[in-house]
Amino acid sequence: MIPLLQLATGADATLSAIHADAALRLRLAAMGFRIGQRIRMVRKGVFAGPLHVRLGTTDVILRRSQARQIVVVR
Amino acid sequence: MPNTGKSTFFNRVTGASARVGNWPGITVDLFASKVLLGADMVEIVDLPGIYDLHGFSDDERIVRHFLEDAAVDLVAVVINASQIDRQLGLALQLRHVGLPTALLLNMADEAKQRGIRIDTGTLALELGAPVALLSAKHGHGQREAMAMLAHALSSVPRVPIGAVRAQLAADDRIDVDTAAALKAAVDIPERMSEQLTDRIDRVLLHPLLGLPLFFLLMLLVFEGVFALGEPLQRALQWVFEGVRTAALNPLFAYAPAMVRGFLLDGVWSGVVTVAAFVPLIILFFLFMAVVEDSGYLSRAAFLTDALMAKLGLDGRSFVMMLMGFGCNVPAAMGTRIMRSRGLRLLTMMIIPVSLCSARLQVFLFLTAAIFAPAQAPLVIFSLYVMSFVAAIVTAIVFKGRFRSDEPFVLELPPYRWPTLRQIVLRAWHEVRHFLRRATKFIVGGVVLIWLLTNLPAGAVPGSTDTLAGMLGRLFQPVLAPLGIDERLTVALIFGFVAKEVVIGAFAVIFGFEGQALASDLAARMDWVQAYSFMLFTLIYTPCLSTVAALRAEARSSGFALISVTWSILLAWAVSFAFYQLARHFGY
Repeated sequence: MIPLLQLATGADATLSAIHADAALRLRLAAMGFRIGQRIRMVRKGVFAGPLHVRLGTTDVILRRSQARQIVVVR
Repeated sequence: MPNTGKSTFFNRVTGASARVGNWPGITVDLFASKVLLGADMVEIVDLPGIYDLHGFSDDERIVRHFLEDAAVDLVAVVINASQIDRQLGLALQLRHVGLPTALLLNMADEAKQRGIRIDTGTLALELGAPVALLSAKHGHGQREAMAMLAHALSSVPRVPIGAVRAQLAADDRIDVDTAAALKAAVDIPERMSEQLTDRIDRVLLHPLLGLPLFFLLMLLVFEGVFALGEPLQRALQWVFEGVRTAALNPLFAYAPAMVRGFLLDGVWSGVVTVAAFVPLIILFFLFMAVVEDSGYLSRAAFLTDALMAKLGLDGRSFVMMLMGFGCNVPAAMGTRIMRSRGLRLLTMMIIPVSLCSARLQVFLFLTAAIFAPAQAPLVIFSLYVMSFVAAIVTAIVFKGRFRSDEPFVLELPPYRWPTLRQIVLRAWHEVRHFLRRATKFIVGGVVLIWLLTNLPAGAVPGSTDTLAGMLGRLFQPVLAPLGIDERLTVALIFGFVAKEVVIGAFAVIFGFEGQALASDLAARMDWVQAYSFMLFTLIYTPCLSTVAALRAEARSSGFALISVTWSILLAWAVSFAFYQLARHFGY
């Protein structure tokens, strides 16, 4: 169990928990973040930039601070 | 159909009242419920999701048996609006069998996001069945869908069962009709394959190349807009000049000078100012629409977000700010793409300090006049740097006030070719928006400036005897510490209309033009005064059109006022700091 932030580039994992406020949870849900969903870390932005992840056929970018609140399991 | 949210819709409609029903010949459990639809009590049955009415899976057989044996008044087909091209066929199959059909396009919100536009009216005509868009997950469109179903039930005639059975054989026309209906009513942008998108992203989002490529692309968009826009602007101005010389001048030749001045230099001039923006706005929005609809804007946001996040901004804010270096007006209007009001307002606060092309003209002229050729480029570069600094300071000061309520989680859609129709419509829509909202404000402003620089009657226009000159004298205590005298203040007042006007204003105020003006300025100003003046001009307020655009986009005069007030205060502080420090150190 690690925060999404620490998932290595190119690696796959399964979403296990989201510890976020209502606004972020809603937005993530709308983007396809569901518990049990497979997620891949596609790339990480330079200079502490955002993260590019893939869920199913949807590609999403989000900030590192937000990725810290999402837990995944390998 | 399966996976189209059919059950979500069914559950929303029936609530908890659905029960397993019993029908002759049907051996599986089907949920049914009695619901009030329109004025009637109807029984609504959730049939298994199927892809093809004539297929041979268990589900398909069940549905066929049900339709053959039960006296059905209406079949409501639920399909996924984003995949309408693959799923429409089922509705057509039902129509061809002779069953009264209604089509529910679910997940309409997703379809809209992918740029798929569905003309439900035309589609309904093509199908011969009513169509409704909805998003069962969010509850959007449900009322309209139910109303449509109620209406369909009462208006569509019943079909005898024998006819239905007979018709279940005729499939061939379906394929042809589906294609025709899609072509007539649905506009789907061509999507690139995922592998191609990935390959492109490996370049455009490359850790080293990505950012430089982004700047290069922005530069190209810029160049494109101005290369095409300037000739168009000149052409428009030529037309308006022509109207003035051919029609307006003779018309008002015998009017008193004040009236003529007011109408021609005031009102007409205002109209020309507004019109001059139209080509720029159209072109800018055409390019921005391409950047956005192609999917690149999200990539730009990815590349630039790191710095922007610290300022309470967004990667997209950075793109707008860069656009502002061309012209503040379309950049301010471009903030429309941000859904979060806080983010939009904060971005609009920083756009006016972008060193636009109009300000650049003033700086180039002054720098050439006052500074040595070797120093000139450095001076201009330093002004660009100041522009960024001012933007950062503004963001830091206001980020607490204009908070973004929307978390930064963006989709990176697959790249696609925007359809020409889409982007042209968008550009046209934005221009109309600008004209409707900004015209009165701009014309009013131009007239006001004209009044200030021409009244009282008898004063030499642009001189220090006018109201503007009096304002200049009035503000001397505040502006003298910046090295800006009365006449320069008058020029600044002119500059409120449009920055390019400042050079013309100098000509009027000092009585010289071109090289003679440059020499005169060099003689009366030293470099410290000149640089202080340029710093002030960079930051003090954007041109009238920009203020109008800010006001229109924020839908708040209060916001425009905050922006202008802040700009003036910041400009004063920066110029003051520079001038006093420079003098202090003996320059």
